[in-house]
Amino acid sequence: MSQYKLIHCNINGKDVEKMVDVRASLTDMLRNEYHLTSVKKGCEVGECGACNVLINGEAFNSCIYLAVWAEGKRIRTLEGLMSPDGELSDIQQAFIDETAIQCGFCTPGFIMTAAEILESGKLYTDDELRKLLSGHLCRCTGYENIFRAVKKTMYRRLGKEIDF
Amino acid sequence: MNKVGRSEVRVDGFDKASGRTKYYEDRIPAGALYVRIKHAEIAHAMVRSIDTSTAEAIPGVVKVLTCFDVPDLPFPTAGHPWSMDPGHQDVADRHLLNRHVRYWGDDVAVVIAENEVAANQGVRALKVEYDPLPFVLDVQKAMEPGAPQLHERFPGNILKHTDLRKGDYQAAIREPGLIKVEGWYDTPTVQHCHIENHGCFAYEENGRIVVVSSTQIPHIIRRVVGQALGRPWADIEIIKPYIGGGFGNKQDALYEPLCAWCTTQVGGRCVRLDCSREETFVSNRVRHAIRFHIVTWLRKDGVIAARKVECFSNQGAYASHGHSIVAKAMGSFPQHYPCDNMECDAWTVFTNRPAAGAMRGYGMPQASFADESNIEDCARALGMDSYEFRKKNIMPQGFHDGFSGNTNYYDSYRQCMAKGAAYIDYERKKKEFSHDTGDIRRGIGVATFWYNTAVYPISLETSSNRMQLNLDGTVTFQCGETEIGQGADTAYAQMVAEAVGLKSYRDVHVKSCQDTDITPTGLGAYASRQTYVAGFSIRQTADILRGKILERACQETRQAVGNMDIVDGMIVRKNDDAPLMSLKELAMTAQYDPVHSQHITAESTYTIRNNAYSFGCTFAEVEVDIPLCKVTVKNIVNVHDCGKLINPALAEAQVHGGMSMAIGYGLSEQLIFDEKTGKPLNGNLLDYKLSTFMDHPHLEAEFVENAEPTSPFGTKALGEPPACSGAPAIRNAILDATGVAIDRTPINPHVLFAEFTKAGLIHDDWREEE
Repeated sequence: MSQYKLIHCNINGKDVEKMVDVRASLTDMLRNEYHLTSVKKGCEVGECGACNVLINGEAFNSCIYLAVWAEGKRIRTLEGLMSPDGELSDIQQAFIDETAIQCGFCTPGFIMTAAEILESGKLYTDDELRKLLSGHLCRCTGYENIFRAVKKTMYRRLGKEIDF
Repeated sequence: MNKVGRSEVRVDGFDKASGRTKYYEDRIPAGALYVRIKHAEIAHAMVRSIDTSTAEAIPGVVKVLTCFDVPDLPFPTAGHPWSMDPGHQDVADRHLLNRHVRYWGDDVAVVIAENEVAANQGVRALKVEYDPLPFVLDVQKAMEPGAPQLHERFPGNILKHTDLRKGDYQAAIREPGLIKVEGWYDTPTVQHCHIENHGCFAYEENGRIVVVSSTQIPHIIRRVVGQALGRPWADIEIIKPYIGGGFGNKQDALYEPLCAWCTTQVGGRCVRLDCSREETFVSNRVRHAIRFHIVTWLRKDGVIAARKVECFSNQGAYASHGHSIVAKAMGSFPQHYPCDNMECDAWTVFTNRPAAGAMRGYGMPQASFADESNIEDCARALGMDSYEFRKKNIMPQGFHDGFSGNTNYYDSYRQCMAKGAAYIDYERKKKEFSHDTGDIRRGIGVATFWYNTAVYPISLETSSNRMQLNLDGTVTFQCGETEIGQGADTAYAQMVAEAVGLKSYRDVHVKSCQDTDITPTGLGAYASRQTYVAGFSIRQTADILRGKILERACQETRQAVGNMDIVDGMIVRKNDDAPLMSLKELAMTAQYDPVHSQHITAESTYTIRNNAYSFGCTFAEVEVDIPLCKVTVKNIVNVHDCGKLINPALAEAQVHGGMSMAIGYGLSEQLIFDEKTGKPLNGNLLDYKLSTFMDHPHLEAEFVENAEPTSPFGTKALGEPPACSGAPAIRNAILDATGVAIDRTPINPHVLFAEFTKAGLIHDDWREEE
């Protein structure tokens, strides 16, 4: 069995290919081969959510997703949310404005799950939102302002009045 | 307009929201060697031998180093400032690797390899033979005669014992008619659980050692690495990039000394040492589990006549921050609820558990749990309302502590409690919930705490910083008090803008990354000190910088120095507010003057010889499902008097995080050890129950802003205080709901099942049928 395999995929809108160690996680590939360091390592066993990325639009802990499974997939990391001219997306700006960031280590993973939530176009209840975001651990914020940032952005995108 | 007191967005917000912020691991050069540690799988033993041959034969393994290879240079790890008084120096009980294994997870060897896989394989291939020794996990069992001994220098496993005496306790308790309220209160071993694990990398450069580390205390780490390696301290350069949280764990030399030594063993090649989550739980630091025994003697009118407090602090295997934590816990009692006759004792005791160090609150979450549990029991023994009893007995306005020099200038406690009671709707709900009799019952609990700001007079308090006037009129700012997620850099930017007279906090460029070769010496992030202590040196350095700017402006404008001011980035004439020149014009003119070129900078050190009381309280409302043994926090509020807020939004956010930690401390978090082997059983984020998004109600953070008179900016401690009073408030709310007083945390379903059964609230029909 060859230890390396050529993996083609689309990362943040760009078609790419690299030889990848078949034992490597998607986290390893994104960090080491593509220098996408927003993908953070907090546990490497799928407990904390810091390494979360979108794969074909769906949030995954990339630490327990093999790099070779990325063949043919569309992968998005936090680096891909910013517009080409350096403008932050609404959810990134909301994290800043709502003071939802402290040490910043869980932030990339959270924002990518938020992106999945927002792109669904659905209006979730508070309980649903909490459950959808509960795959991420944060020790700084008590989740309070993260919740506000996501909820406010969801309402804004749907053109609805916020009820806090 | 004021630059402080405003909810500005974080100076590092954009980079953190876009994912470009670099933490230590993002800066490791390609090709760095991997260091992996062999941790002992036994709680107490001597290493007889380590067979490294199989590991060394693995392709990619570069070097194996064991406890038999390390220098015999014992070093201390606590993140305290060095003391010139040998009697006040930290206990040097550590080696880089240990022949005497003192806990399950101790470090006995390392494998250095070209890649991660080889390093891990190498560790698994090491064959360690041990001569096992008996071990002890419980703090009081470790004090018994005949208990297994951990350190030769500390007979009976006692690291230290101190006491406090006030009045005459023994005589006071003979007063007729006193009511005795006695309890044993147990707090668990918990871990900081910052989402970024500790790690570092090291390499040699021109014969010196550079270590880039996820630490809160770069300047202190430089000293410890020097001590551990027997090198002059200036041979060591520590670089601290952004870090993913610390909460005190990284206020300790963790693996920087070992990593630094490893690079010297492979010819100065870059080596990386990354802790896994499992290593972070067991082989970094934990919070001290402290057991308290409290006896309170009450008069019928609700006055506390005498109090006895005994504190038994479980230090684990190594001294780390040691006795300072329980000493602080014990010291809180006589000030929190002052009474005339007190007898307090504290012991710090070695056991075969992971080493306990600093963790957010530094003894106060433990003390607050015990004190506020006992005080609640006192109120109930008298039939008094919980809030009223506290109002009657808590530290009064004007209270002065001779040792710290602290004064309770305002009536902060009562103001905080009044605000908390109003938010939670205390009186109405107390009445309403008292009628609950079914399976689901509701209750309200209150708890309070106090906290010192910074560490004066116990240790040195010093802060240095440098300000540089840039050619565009902005200021670059550096100091040794680190950003660890709390928002210190943003607070500094606001204070510097205010003190210098800049237009916006955005005109201050805070160099977040400390480099001990370049950054003015500071002590780092701990003791909720950064904003308070940096405030002194910021004001002082800003005055020096302003003096230089105005002197130069005097040359350029011919106006007297005393008749000029700097306002919003402009030099103005005071008498008529006429704008004279901008800081940009001044900086350009001064720098490019062909005859008298001037680069305008200022740097100074301030030795802080003040401390400040920080106060607060928690009110919690819970719903207890008795048959399910389940507690739901329905409503919770923290109210803090941390002086004037520099940035209200950041302050509020910091309180949320502390409240979350306190909820975990009260209800779910604990590191569990196997009694038979001493092995930690749940050192991972799945089995260790950290609060998730689903475990909190809305977290309400409120403030009473009494300006702290000693601070140039009227501010005082906030970093740690939010973690202190939440757990006892929840405990007291459960007591209010069910009548069952639970004297240990976490109050999880296992504990509730036992306690509710004992109280006759639930009956185990299944067992009875059996």
